[in-house]
Amino acid sequence: MTNRILRITTLLLGLFLLYPAPGSAETPLPTIHEPEGKGLKCVEPEEVMRRDHMEFILHQRDETMHEGIRTSKYSFAECINCHVEPDEKGHIASSKSKDHFCNGCHEYAAVTIDCFECHADRPQKHIKRGKKTATIQQDLHQMLSANNDNGGELK
Amino acid sequence: MSDKINSSRREFLGKSAAVGAITIAPGILLHQVANAKPDDVAVTDKVRWGMLINTDKCDKGCTDCIDACNNEHRLSGFGRPETDAQYIRKVTLRDKQTGHELSLPLMCQHCETAPCVDVCPTGASFKRADGIALVDKHICIGCRYCMMACPYKARSFVHENLTNQTLSAPRGKGTVESCTLCVHRIDKDQIPACVEACSKGKHDAMIFGDLNDPNSKISKELEKHGGKQIRADLQLNTAVRYQGI
Ligand code: HEC
Ligand code: HEC
Ligand code: HEC
Repeated sequence: MTNRILRITTLLLGLFLLYPAPGSAETPLPTIHEPEGKGLKCVEPEEVMRRDHMEFILHQRDETMHEGIRTSKYSFAECINCHVEPDEKGHIASSKSKDHFCNGCHEYAAVTIDCFECHADRPQKHIKRGKKTATIQQDLHQMLSANNDNGGELK
Repeated sequence: MSDKINSSRREFLGKSAAVGAITIAPGILLHQVANAKPDDVAVTDKVRWGMLINTDKCDKGCTDCIDACNNEHRLSGFGRPETDAQYIRKVTLRDKQTGHELSLPLMCQHCETAPCVDVCPTGASFKRADGIALVDKHICIGCRYCMMACPYKARSFVHENLTNQTLSAPRGKGTVESCTLCVHRIDKDQIPACVEACSKGKHDAMIFGDLNDPNSKISKELEKHGGKQIRADLQLNTAVRYQGI
């Protein structure tokens, strides 16, 4: 209940701040970069998304994780694929920056999410291959050649 | 029932026709036809995914499966082999009497009665209906009981902040992880990355498929030639079976 009230308050506050009275000298509003493209629409109407986007993804999370339901509508990966694009200079803001689609509002409204500690914050095609991966493969090859005699403990 | 199978068959054929030429091995195709599942339908226990590994065909020095796994999940090392995440290990077994050596890939065995699931205090370790043992990292508190409980030492703990994860395999600090049988691929009717790499490398030491379907390649092979469990004495009814051990 308190949660609900809090949420509604945050939301009202949010909406109020998104459409400020002219001339207000408050904290600058977050800039929300919406994906551009002719006729491109979010998976639900904008008002609904603003209010309830967390419900959709959290619900989807459990269904995908536990039941293998892989519909794309509320898929987290799909939010990122559509919403995160490079700017004119080809740069993609990280999820920690206020320029990242998911963080502009959150930073403004003091919401912290941990999703991006695991989930990629950009579409697959923009993910750079980590250099460190090479090391584990080398390690493994080394371990294999060194350990070849002492694996028998398993049997 | 038979209607269902037929309609998914048609759907599969439709899909593949759109893609054009199919370059995957015929065996792979076959399993896809039989098991294609629409995205919006929950997995059921009608299917039990499993793997059969023929150690006679597994090359001692070969790491194709491991490389493919590391690549699929972007498992990155920190130069600390003891704690760096690994979903598959190559293990060499040596008969002290005869000196005979065999090499096998060891990963989560997707036990039917999984000790990791038993000990998990939060329900993060769980079994999906189709037999895959998973960690729901959203619930995992990183206590690592499951790592202690696993007789195969199949699980790893992420000790460091990670970057550059793929969109399809989220991983992060403070949670336990292990082989998911490439659940994200299975749900898209693809086979696990390791099995694909093994057959691409022309080793064909790994077969993946539905243990509950008597007509699947894996079931037929198991019926004909059998397949042992590692530590069968624990009676965990593993979904990963081995030949040649
Ligand atoms: C196909 C592209 C697409 C996908 C997929 C998509 N969105 Fe959107 N989203 C948009 C567009 C375009 C808008 C701008 C409003 C509109 O026209 O619907 C928008 C608006 C929003 C807004 C409101 C922003 C504002 O200005 O207030 C939120 C929040 C949002 N999306 C979250 C999500 C989440 C969460 C997901 C994943 C479940 C998602 N979107 C998936 C295209 C997409
Ligand atoms: C229009 C502004 C806006 C955008 C854009 C937006 N969020 Fe939010 N988000 C919020 C607000 C405000 C809250 C807090 C609501 C509350 O506390 O009830 C929130 C809460 C959340 C929560 C729940 C946090 C918690 O601890 O309960 C999640 C998860 C979340 N957002 C994910 C996302 C993701 C992922 C994206 C990008 C795809 C995104 N949000 C984009 C405004 C936004
Ligand atoms: C500790 C790592 C971790 C964190 C933190 C995490 N996730 Fe996940 N998430 C995963 C893993 C692993 C999967 C399973 C991926 C698969 O099977 O495809 C997953 C899958 C999902 C899925 C289903 C796949 C998709 O793309 O739709 C959703 C939705 C999701 N997570 C949402 C969230 C949200 C929202 C947050 C933040 C509140 C979050 N996750 C935080 C690891 C994490």
